[in-house]
Amino acid sequence: MSKERIKIAPEFFDIMPPEYQDLVTRATYGNESRGWKDIGTSKELIEEHSLCAGCPESMAFRYILASLPNPEDTVMVGSTGCTSLVFPHVAVHNIHSLFGNQNAVASGLKRALTVRFPGRIKDVVVLAGDGATVDIGLDMTLQAWFRQEKFTTICFDNELYANTGGQESGLMQKGFVAKMAPVGKTFEKVRLPEIARESGCHYVVNCTVSKPSLVEKVIKNAVYVAREIGPTYLQLYTPCILEIGKNSMEGLQEMRDSEKPTERFAYKEYISEPAKQLLAEIAAKEKERKAAAKQLTSQEA
Amino acid sequence: MTNQYRVLPGPEHFLPPAAASMGIRLPNPGEAHIHGVIVPEEQALEEAARQFLMAKVPTIFPGPLVLWAWNEKAAKKATAIRHLYETIKECVTPQQQAMLIPMPDYRPKYPKINPEVEINPNHPNLTIWHNKIDCCMFVGVHCHQANLSLKIIRGGTSCYTIAMCAQAGHEDAMLSFRDASAEKIMRLAEWVRKLKGTVKVSQVVSKSGASN
Ligand SMILES: Cc1ncc(C[n+]2csc(CCOP(=O)(O)OP(=O)(O)O)c2C)c(N)n1
Ligand code: SF4
Ligand SMILES: [Mg+2]
Repeated sequence: MSKERIKIAPEFFDIMPPEYQDLVTRATYGNESRGWKDIGTSKELIEEHSLCAGCPESMAFRYILASLPNPEDTVMVGSTGCTSLVFPHVAVHNIHSLFGNQNAVASGLKRALTVRFPGRIKDVVVLAGDGATVDIGLDMTLQAWFRQEKFTTICFDNELYANTGGQESGLMQKGFVAKMAPVGKTFEKVRLPEIARESGCHYVVNCTVSKPSLVEKVIKNAVYVAREIGPTYLQLYTPCILEIGKNSMEGLQEMRDSEKPTERFAYKEYISEPAKQLLAEIAAKEKERKAAAKQLTSQEA
Repeated sequence: MTNQYRVLPGPEHFLPPAAASMGIRLPNPGEAHIHGVIVPEEQALEEAARQFLMAKVPTIFPGPLVLWAWNEKAAKKATAIRHLYETIKECVTPQQQAMLIPMPDYRPKYPKINPEVEINPNHPNLTIWHNKIDCCMFVGVHCHQANLSLKIIRGGTSCYTIAMCAQAGHEDAMLSFRDASAEKIMRLAEWVRKLKGTVKVSQVVSKSGASN
């Protein structure tokens, strides 16, 4: 897999807008060791974004798109919310689903791709907000996990319905008052990572997106495990700076504060036994691949 | 039922009816339609060439099916389309400006497209207005997006639309071919060359160029 699959007809190269020319010449499709470090030196798979300035969702998007192991053969499924406004600027196949339906759409899609392209790896990755994942779409989220559908679900947890002005969500903290939830939340933040584990997810991580290297690791793991074993779930804290009254520059600190050991986004992971085995095998192969590549470069030098 | 509806340059109104709902039929193989009237394909090739040569800004809008070299057929069509564009450029007068503007994406772009370099099916009128395009041909655009664009253009501009359709044709274009192939596009280029110098450039100027 490589850029072979995205070639502009030579007769039209000169008239294509520069972002497409860049994509075919400088993007990291087909690069096995693609990751967050390519940001700034390669063409990213996200063009502009339509989020508020400084919104941590925009960082999360960039890290995730830089880390997908197989972007040319990945289909992302989105849902209504702030994230959905970004998808038109993303150079990975994606489908917008009706609010809450994302895991049902992804189930059908993954099955269809498996039938249509036997022998080719096709990854499906859902990316939706907490309202879509935990409230209106909870049925679809859980049923996909119960059925052991082989795709990754990523929840951008900003602890409320941001796109519609700040309503209460199941992932909101107890007692939190939002613009459109003036009474304050009366019950605890839903423990979705634990529910995911009990519902059959083989790889579950709850963390913030403050560290790009960590985002890269969990994205790759989640995709690999979903490909081979079964459903995986990532809950990423992407605070809505607009709703919690922070400035553009303060999103990162907010995430750092919330990932301290006693806080609700302290790193938490669950890995099933078969997933552990798979990840160990992948890590061993990766080590071999890197050693071989290193040897090759030293021979060439 | 006698069908009086004709697919003509607009501006028709904000949301023109789908031509199919007004009784316009698609051509059979070997045929095309002009304004909704079924004609032999050769006649439509001649008329399309005439429209290009008459226009102040004759333009081709290639879509993703030909912009990307995803199979051999697409690559051949790309060569033919470029040839057609170069031929139009050669055959028009210095007062006319031939353009080749891609439709690389169907998704709405944020915050807006650059109408100088691309056209987007959600608001194709912006590119038509900006460049004062008075005749355009769609090629390599998926059916749904072409239908959407053709209707918006007919609704809000006076641009003459041609569809070089790879399937069964487009009712919503003023002139539509079907079963587009590299060979058919080359034949259109031949017609342009044949009619060079025989067609007068359109004198009609609307308030904002071609398209208000
Ligand atoms: C079926 C349906 N119900 C309700 C809505 C209205 N709606 C749009 S965005 C949104 C909230 C999104 O919240 P979340 O999933 O947390 O995403 P965020 O905007 O916070 O990233 C809602 C309720 C809709 N678009 N469709
Ligand atoms: S409303 Fe909140 S979550 Fe949405 S883009 Fe703005 S800061 Fe980000
Ligand atoms: Mg939310």
